Amino acid sequence: MTVPLALLGLLDREPSYGYDLKRGYDTYFGRGKPLPFGQVYSTLGRLARDGKVTAGQSEPGDGPDRKRYAITPLGKQEVEAWLAEPVAAEPFLQTVLFTKVVLALMLGHDAQSYLDTQRATHMRRMRELSEIKRSGALVDALLADHALFHLEADLRWIDVTTARLGALAEMVRPA
Amino acid sequence: MTVDGLPVPGPLLEARSVDRSYGRTQALREASLSVTAGEILAIMGPSGSGKSTLLHCLAGIFTPDAGEIWFDGRRLDLLSDARRSELRRTTFGFVFQFGQLVPELTVADNVALPLLLGRARRKQAYQRAGGWLKRLELDEWSERRTGELSGGQAQRVAIARALVTRPKVIFADEPTGALDSLTGEKVMELLVSLARQEGATVIVVTHDARVAACADREVMVRDGKVTDPYASAAVR
Repeated sequence: MTVPLALLGLLDREPSYGYDLKRGYDTYFGRGKPLPFGQVYSTLGRLARDGKVTAGQSEPGDGPDRKRYAITPLGKQEVEAWLAEPVAAEPFLQTVLFTKVVLALMLGHDAQSYLDTQRATHMRRMRELSEIKRSGALVDALLADHALFHLEADLRWIDVTTARLGALAEMVRPA
Repeated sequence: MTVDGLPVPGPLLEARSVDRSYGRTQALREASLSVTAGEILAIMGPSGSGKSTLLHCLAGIFTPDAGEIWFDGRRLDLLSDARRSELRRTTFGFVFQFGQLVPELTVADNVALPLLLGRARRKQAYQRAGGWLKRLELDEWSERRTGELSGGQAQRVAIARALVTRPKVIFADEPTGALDSLTGEKVMELLVSLARQEGATVIVVTHDARVAACADREVMVRDGKVTDPYASAAVR
């Protein structure tokens, strides 16, 4: 998650104080990883320096004085361009696992057991995510779904590789 | 067996070194599996791996060529055909990929059928079926023919039919295989949550990892053998 763009997007909704931005970020994007206050203000400082947000005058609040931030036309332009740009379709290759499988076969180890262990680890995580889906709010459920579909894709790769282990072994083992 | 003076439940259902062939094709080779009461177990594996054959052996639909099937402390595979049929009718529930509802009957008839076959009184059978249909939000559909139902609704009726006899074990063979992802997920969640409420054990055969993730545990069947990924690896 790109924090500056997320904060800009939240500001595009309405001008906000740093505290409100942090709360909005944590609610929708900070699952399990809340944004530190320090990072909120340092990011806003950089966005202001680059002309993407403006900071209002200090206002007295319940606690220390606070500033209301607003997005500028340049900031709006950046948010719109970012939203319109498709996310790169990453190949999501299991490179570490692939390396392990190939090396295991080269060395005459039991590659199948590595794949089985990985499969079980993936399934355990999928069970945790399924539980989050059952008990969580819609935002949590959709995030869990995203992770579940990726894990499912990994599992398919593991199954296909399992079915082709014999052929792969013949290819990588020294003659 | 006891641990700290408390009884540890033994397996409710067990396959011990089961072999089963179709002609020259060996579907199961020394397949062993143990399921405890109340557990939700997923059996996974590639097509043709033997997972459905294992389910059918555990449910007493097939008898093994070799090995043993134990249910609730009894040898299931040694029971007569009639006793096994009775057990399937009274103690087991079934959900299949395409529901396998009787198209000529109404939704309520389909759900009441296992009770009627078990010689329950008609009024009682339909009352209990009605209760399940209400629980599954299908009561408005009770007088419709099953052909009028969507795939998801048909599977919900199949779940009601499987649970109406208060079975100890529900066997589900690819229960979401004919459904889209979201509907399948809802059907599986429903099956699991209702089974937990009723204290029933569920054994579900699936190739879908998302379905298996609703279970407490999964085993893999490959080339007729059962692999428990948690038995040897430190991944729990």
